[in-house]
Amino acid sequence: MSDVTAETTPKDKRMRFDIKTAGPAIALTLLCIIGFLLNPAFLSEGNLTNLLTRSAFIGIIAVGATFVITAGGIDLSVGSMAAAIAGVMIIIMNAAMETMGPGLATVLLGGGCSILLGLGAGWINGVLTTKGKIEAFIVTLGTMGIYRSLVTYFADGGTLSLDFAIRGTYRPVYYGSVLGLPAPVWVFIAVSICGWLLMNRTAFGRYCTAIGSNESVARYSAIKVDRIKTLTYVIQGLCVSLATIIYVPRLGSASASTGVMWELEAIAAVIIGGTVLKGGYGRIGGTILGALILTTIGNILNFTDLISNYLNGTMQGLIIIIAVWLQRGDWGKAKASKS
Amino acid sequence: MMFDETPDTASVLKADHISKSFGSVPVLFSVSMEIHPGEVHALIGENGAGKSTLMKILSGFHAPTSGRILFDGVEVVLPPDGEAEALGIVLIHQELNLAEQMTVEENIFLGRELTHRGLLLRDKMRQKVSGYLQDIGVDISPSARISDLSIAEKQMVEVAKAISRNARVLIMDEPTAVLTEAETELFFRQVERLKSRGVAIVFVSHKLSEVKQIADRVTILRDGQWIGSQKAEFLTPDAMAQMMVGRELSDLYPPLHEADVDAPRVLEVRDLCAKGVHDVSFDLRKGEILGFSGLIGAGRTTVFEAICGLEPIASGQILVDGVETRFADVAAARDAGMAYLTKDRKAKGLLLDKQMRPNLTLFSLPKFIRRFGLDVAAEEKALERAIRRFDIRTRDANIKVGDMSGGNQQKLLLAKVMESEPRIVIIDEPTRGIDVGTKQQIYHFIAALAAEGVSVVIISSEMPEVIGISHRVVVMREGQVMGVLTGDDINENEIVRYAAGLKRESKG
Repeated sequence: MSDVTAETTPKDKRMRFDIKTAGPAIALTLLCIIGFLLNPAFLSEGNLTNLLTRSAFIGIIAVGATFVITAGGIDLSVGSMAAAIAGVMIIIMNAAMETMGPGLATVLLGGGCSILLGLGAGWINGVLTTKGKIEAFIVTLGTMGIYRSLVTYFADGGTLSLDFAIRGTYRPVYYGSVLGLPAPVWVFIAVSICGWLLMNRTAFGRYCTAIGSNESVARYSAIKVDRIKTLTYVIQGLCVSLATIIYVPRLGSASASTGVMWELEAIAAVIIGGTVLKGGYGRIGGTILGALILTTIGNILNFTDLISNYLNGTMQGLIIIIAVWLQRGDWGKAKASKS
Repeated sequence: MMFDETPDTASVLKADHISKSFGSVPVLFSVSMEIHPGEVHALIGENGAGKSTLMKILSGFHAPTSGRILFDGVEVVLPPDGEAEALGIVLIHQELNLAEQMTVEENIFLGRELTHRGLLLRDKMRQKVSGYLQDIGVDISPSARISDLSIAEKQMVEVAKAISRNARVLIMDEPTAVLTEAETELFFRQVERLKSRGVAIVFVSHKLSEVKQIADRVTILRDGQWIGSQKAEFLTPDAMAQMMVGRELSDLYPPLHEADVDAPRVLEVRDLCAKGVHDVSFDLRKGEILGFSGLIGAGRTTVFEAICGLEPIASGQILVDGVETRFADVAAARDAGMAYLTKDRKAKGLLLDKQMRPNLTLFSLPKFIRRFGLDVAAEEKALERAIRRFDIRTRDANIKVGDMSGGNQQKLLLAKVMESEPRIVIIDEPTRGIDVGTKQQIYHFIAALAAEGVSVVIISSEMPEVIGISHRVVVMREGQVMGVLTGDDINENEIVRYAAGLKRESKG
């Protein structure tokens, strides 16, 4: 081998076309074209706004999940966590109404509690995995069951409803628009930008990647592995609480069926986006596209009679499998080898 | 210098003017090599010389770009992915290929289980495995779990597996790299047995004295070129090294500056106890190179992992610059100017699936934070500097670290640790599995560091290395310090006597 002293040419990296990176974007574009061909109303402003708004819940949660998965963890509890937080929020706001009235203060109190609960729930998941040394899958499987049963218990098997007076104050958080875009979309955009910066531009993002890639190496490289891993779950909890804050005014209620399957949709969005399930490689941009792809599929099925709307899950499942198959890696590429 | 032997026996496997390129990068240029039945054939060369590639071509894992492979004198195209094992050509990878949670017996018959009407014939397989293990003279139970075996035993299982497949050509990538001297001896006895049965053995080693001891013939590669194939009896280790490197290697070890006995003590350890380590005490002075010698498992690594916060400490005192300290984690040690460079560069040192830049800066990442974000430009600059300072050679700056040669990985690991500008560096097995040329560079680098006033601890199982590079040598045995050698006392005899427990310094 004739060794050539390496020259660093950062530009090369950006110029190389990478199917792994471009894949989700191409898939979303294709879906949009298909949607438009099936029904031109697909690209109407109203539908696109609706689509983005619906993507926001899963999208925001999936941004958090990207950190957890990149650092080699998994969080199955997000759907139940959202339901439990929604339930507690409603109880607190209803209770606060007697003293504070149905005004902004009550809603802010609810939101504040939501954030505290999300951070706390994430911290519990994180500490149990790191300090408790229990596998993340087991810990979050456990908390998933706990949160789900808690919301059922709070609702006494039924539905917790937000007081109608508060709904009026709270409503714009889901239904309101700023500069033509619905409020949830703004939250989604803000979370996405923060998530992207955190993942790609900070030491924290680099540490997550390193831990997911090889935890021993990370430990020997002066990374506080437990702290960083716990933080990923805390971020996940924060994302769940933000998603819950914009979700509650939509229906104004919480029940045992709130947020069911959200964890799987969030993980699916992350994986479709190109993040590696076993960790070590995370893409926030891909996750956002993944969330949009999942919502778009459901949306297209609503628009056409070709495939029954009941097959939404089938289509999503197929897309996940195809996406991962396409990303599998080195097909066609000669395997580089050391000598 | 180029000449070839006329073979006296017909070759079982022959590479005839093999060339290989990966993409546009050529790695082998018209290399020829003949392997005869019943011979031990060593393949030597610097890291990146193309040894692994040649072995993979000989065993079918890579297809040559041009040239022929002759098996029993007949031109063949070897089947890929290890299917050449059916022909009797077996490659044992450096990273052994065993299912850790399965037993020896299950591993040996993996994929070829003996069955009768769909049911496993367990007794028959166990008997056969006992037979194979007896054949090579090792005492391992067929029902032992692989994860419970030592590395040497695992290697024996690989050899037994090869025998069970009636291997005629056994190709081994650095089989002795992770073995202790005693294990190596045992391994060589088994190699002799295989040889007497007519098996051809090809192996790669960086330990040239071993090559001299065990090999019948030696093929030398340099930069992908065939340099020569010679009878081992006509070659001295020095001559081999010279052919590998293509230049004289008289100054493998650099001249050391005089140790300053009055230099301040930067690290003092008193009665340190940790897992498998009892009452270890020693001092390290500014600008000193302190060697740690002893057998594998003597507790040397644990001592320093405990000091750096990687292992729990049971009791004892650690003083840095005279102040008692206990580092909670590696970050605390780093911030105090102490860095530990692991001996396990693949599992603990480098992120193999990442590129050089994130690896280089990982240890000292806080240094690259500007206003909450990472300064990528500064990282790139650091990488350029490191590549120049440590002479890291790669085909492509964006190559994954796992695809780099061992020597370049080691240089990168050194660069990574030095990026934090430590005052105290602990280097565990600084030259494990790397070639002579790179070794020399690393020794010179270490000497230069010490001359600049950095204190260096070298933990090494290679005695010439400890002797050649240290001002003082601490010898450990079974978790205890047996003695500290200085000056003319630093010689192989003394070290062995302490390491074997024949001699011990009285305390105090």
